Amino acid sequence: MNLLLASAIAVLIGSGAYLVLRARLFTVLLGLMLMGYGVNLFLLAMGRVRVLVPPIIRDAGGPYADPLPQALVLTAIVIGFGMTAFLLALAVRSRAVFGSDHVDGLADAPP
Amino acid sequence: MIATAFSAELLSRLAPTSGHDAFARDLLVLPMLLPLAAACLSVLSSSLLWRRTLMLGTTVLLVAVSGWLLLMADLGHVLVYRLGNWPVPVAIVLSLDRLSALLLLLTAVVATGSAWAALRGDDQHGPYFHAAFLLLIAGVNGAFLAGDLFNLFVSFELLLIASYGLLVFGATPTRVRSGVHYVVLNLVGSSIFLVGIGMLYSVTGTLNLAELAQRVALLDAPSAAFARSGALLLFVVFALKAALVPFSFWLPAAYSAASPPVAALFAILTKVGVYAIVRMHTFVVGTDAGHSADLYGDWLWPMALLTVGFGALAAVGTRSVRRLQSALLVMSVGTMLASMAIGSEAGLAAGLFYLVHSTIAAAAMFLIAALSEQRDTPRRWTGLLFFAGAVAVAGLPPLSGFLGKVLILQALPVDGRLPVMWTVVLGSSLLAVIALSRRGAALFWGAVEAPETPTLPRISEPRSARRAPLSRVPPTALLLVLVVLTVGAGTLSNYTHRTAQQLLAPGHIRSQILNTPGGR
Repeated sequence: MNLLLASAIAVLIGSGAYLVLRARLFTVLLGLMLMGYGVNLFLLAMGRVRVLVPPIIRDAGGPYADPLPQALVLTAIVIGFGMTAFLLALAVRSRAVFGSDHVDGLADAPP
Repeated sequence: MIATAFSAELLSRLAPTSGHDAFARDLLVLPMLLPLAAACLSVLSSSLLWRRTLMLGTTVLLVAVSGWLLLMADLGHVLVYRLGNWPVPVAIVLSLDRLSALLLLLTAVVATGSAWAALRGDDQHGPYFHAAFLLLIAGVNGAFLAGDLFNLFVSFELLLIASYGLLVFGATPTRVRSGVHYVVLNLVGSSIFLVGIGMLYSVTGTLNLAELAQRVALLDAPSAAFARSGALLLFVVFALKAALVPFSFWLPAAYSAASPPVAALFAILTKVGVYAIVRMHTFVVGTDAGHSADLYGDWLWPMALLTVGFGALAAVGTRSVRRLQSALLVMSVGTMLASMAIGSEAGLAAGLFYLVHSTIAAAAMFLIAALSEQRDTPRRWTGLLFFAGAVAVAGLPPLSGFLGKVLILQALPVDGRLPVMWTVVLGSSLLAVIALSRRGAALFWGAVEAPETPTLPRISEPRSARRAPLSRVPPTALLLVLVVLTVGAGTLSNYTHRTAQQLLAPGHIRSQILNTPGGR
């Protein structure tokens, strides 16, 4: 389970970083989204992974999952969604202004 | 602003309330709540006059509220506001010490100046300028008040998304291009921020800064290594916001592209990064943090010095007066952080003094820079303003920047760091003077050098902005604030000394936050 989670985070953040370094705004956007997913998983993992355990402390006691990272992830997802939407709008505007979706607004290279 | 600072001692004795007064604590939420509420109201209305009144009225009101909070904070108590009245380690807390209060007041003053300057027409390109402006202030104030790491993150995001909107407001090609870079860079920064928070949480189990500091100090070596990595990742994010080398290359492009009032307001944004670094440096990974003691010290000193060098060289190397001012802003951030990195009370106090001066000077100079690019306004007064602004940002006598630099140079202990710091501060000041006088001579005594050739065809500014000449009044008012700062330098310097004392005794703040009475 831990290995699976760790490799999922690694793949998400690795491919996200690769895509962010591309020169097209669309791939940069995809990369940022992947990185966001990876970071959210990481936050979740930092609260220790427990399977089939409720995030509340019962009167009877018993195991519980740490609810705080889950709340953090929820907030981070909402914020990430807003930021992605803004960047998408900005990318569309950038393409309208420059006529290409190069990150520096350069013209498209001839094929 | 300074009228309050002047009578601080007198009033603090007259004021019957103490820091634990319920009324004072409830007021603590106002610096966030007022701009948030005003932003919501401004979205609802289509009347420009109403939205402008809201924007300017809120900033003026914030000056009053922050001034009062400063007097409260100067009583020596840490004011703590628990959202939802939960007991402390559980509750989301807002806390106010002398440092937060000083920065709140500084934010309010700079925001008033730039809101005033925006009335010339920069706010007319779209309906949401005022809302974004107010949200930015809410985010900045929230960051200064946040008592836990995640709230700091949320405040950062709030101010960032507002700053994205303000930066590209008007959507000229330069603004869109530098806006894209700024947004992508800060989104990556936010991811790193979350990773850092997660790492600190995983070993300490808390996000409350006071509790975090106590637990970081008690960690055993392997866990402390993990916490140190997390704290250093946070340092990277804060350095990105404060524009420390090697994370400062985005700033001149972004700030010089923004409209002048926005650039003036952005002068406070780098200070949010500086604040976060100082807070972590003194409070969480300070000298009493066990295995993580003085974690930032080794990095802060060389990075700050390099930042001063980068800013000075960038200032000399540019032909655009806005880029020149952006470079000088980077330089001033380096100077204040180098002083704070010394680690002594005098160094911290001098850095804070210089922070107050340089932020107001930078805001004024961004407005003057835009003014001096206009060819159709009377040149003589603009020239005099440019001269006064240049004196302020270069840190020459008689204005308070000179006092700040003298304080910084005096604060140095006599060891290997002294010659390095003297060389860097004095050399960078010289380069700043050279750059400013070259630019001033070219602008006002006939262009010796060819103007900077724009790489892209420029879309002209909207007609409303061009028709109304930029007012000279807001930058003059900001410069007058500097004059008052110079006259009242003793009061401010005493205050920054008391702030430094408070910061260097973090155990006292921690116990005050954690032992806040009340709860369910």
